Amino acid sequence: MVTPNSTVLDLGCGEGDLLFLLEQEKEVKGQGIEIDDKALFECVGKGLSVFHDDIDSGLVDYPDKSFDFVILNQSLQQVRKPDMVLHEALRVGQKVIIGFPNFAHVRSRLQIFFGGRAPVTPSLPYEWHDTPNLHFLSILDFERYCRKKKITIERAAFIGTQKRVPLLPNLFAHTGIFLISRDQGLSGSS
Amino acid sequence: MVRRTGLGIVETRYFTFADEKNPFELESGERLWPVTLAYETYGTLNADKSNALLILHALTGDAHAAGFHKGDKDPGWWDNMIGPGKAFDTDRYFVICSNVLGGCKGSTGPSSIDPKTGRPFGLTFPLISIKDMVSAQRILIDHFAIERLLAVAGGSMGGMQVLQWAVSYPERIDSAIPIASTAEHTPQQIAFNEVGRQAIMADSNWREGDYYGRSLPVKGLSVARMVGHITYMSDASMSDKFGRRYKDSKQPFKFSPEFEVEGYLQYRGDNFIKRFDPNSYLYITKAIDYFTLSNGKPLHGALKGVNAHFLIIAFTSDWLYPPYQSQQIAKACKLAGINATYCELRSTYGHDAFLVEADEQTYLISHFLKKVARGRA
Repeated sequence: MVTPNSTVLDLGCGEGDLLFLLEQEKEVKGQGIEIDDKALFECVGKGLSVFHDDIDSGLVDYPDKSFDFVILNQSLQQVRKPDMVLHEALRVGQKVIIGFPNFAHVRSRLQIFFGGRAPVTPSLPYEWHDTPNLHFLSILDFERYCRKKKITIERAAFIGTQKRVPLLPNLFAHTGIFLISRDQGLSGSS
Repeated sequence: MVRRTGLGIVETRYFTFADEKNPFELESGERLWPVTLAYETYGTLNADKSNALLILHALTGDAHAAGFHKGDKDPGWWDNMIGPGKAFDTDRYFVICSNVLGGCKGSTGPSSIDPKTGRPFGLTFPLISIKDMVSAQRILIDHFAIERLLAVAGGSMGGMQVLQWAVSYPERIDSAIPIASTAEHTPQQIAFNEVGRQAIMADSNWREGDYYGRSLPVKGLSVARMVGHITYMSDASMSDKFGRRYKDSKQPFKFSPEFEVEGYLQYRGDNFIKRFDPNSYLYITKAIDYFTLSNGKPLHGALKGVNAHFLIIAFTSDWLYPPYQSQQIAKACKLAGINATYCELRSTYGHDAFLVEADEQTYLISHFLKKVARGRA
């Protein structure tokens, strides 16, 4: 989804594995934002540029369209105000790539329905008391949200335990990955 | 195999430039000659002169950043960071550190002899700025025929010089490492410096700065240093270090130092005269207070056109140069499109952390420098 030689802002870049890969393979000019000390150290160890900051507040300083891509990889569900962060990400980036765990995966549904317990799945591996996730959404939720906010979904990929999910993603995908944009949405959608 | 642990014996050298015909022009418009900079170097400059780092010292620092002077018990002020295998790795890099213009450790300052009168300048020494310090360093770097420095790095006032380097000579540096620093002083920071200056000037031995060869304003400088030390520590680090413990002294009560903290401050204060000139303290603190990178305009404007990579480091307990000031530099980097890393390190040491917390700084700086060196190769 990321074009070579582009500029990339990775929000909540963790230990920087994705950003490092993008810098190595697509020669992007990358910048990360990460709040965790240890993860930030890993990033610096990889030679990445990172700001020690919160995603909720770290975006406001950037001018409009500062980056070709803003990435929210497994981090949107962990911020306090996802609505505001998405709005800001779409302002700061030409395009936004977002990946999140699908709460409506069949295993989650079965665990809630038959087990009567909060689900623990490969993409949602935490117990209720130690999860960093503050928000739980499904692929369907996100698609509806985009429609409501007039955000264009340019591409989507749905990942199962190992590979892509061709059918019924809201049921079988552990992770949804979306390439979204706003400007194009307003002018170019038919 | 002998394990090398440090730089061993090092020496201060001197470089003199500017004369009556080609004086050194200061930001104030005044002219100064001759100008001497005391400096030390560690490591070896490579053939294409691409491995040079410039280390910039804080208010009372000097050119002696690392290694030992012959006969000395203590090493230079940043010996835990500079040397073989250290953050500023002298096996890889050629490290230069010079005493600032206006200083008193070998560089031209108010205690130097004015060639026009044959007597120490005292208060006839012109006002100097952070920009002047940096301009003088640039001439030293020219003297080494170094086209581009791989990095300029320093804490506190050293960080201000780093920022000034980036703005004054963006084409001469590959990277900038400002640590526990700021783009300009707040009223609170100016206020602490002013207390120090007033203490010096209130000492009857100060005599409008004309005390050379007479009794020195020891007590005034001592109080200035005491105030300084308080601002360099933190509530937690002072509690750890001193608690409410008493010195053991059997003297009757006469407001002599009783608490350990009092004894420590008085000892540090009274000994400061041995290594620092009171007039230098006045001039340099004034240079710090006047320093403003963007002069009231948005900071990112001043950084426009800077290509250097930045590594900005702050410390959680530093209340003299609080992390928000480093964050402002980071924010300006964001707006100016500068490739930057900002890291806030946890420490209880207050402002002193930049001199003390070697492990984490070493990790960050050594990896950062390797990246910058790779980008250059």
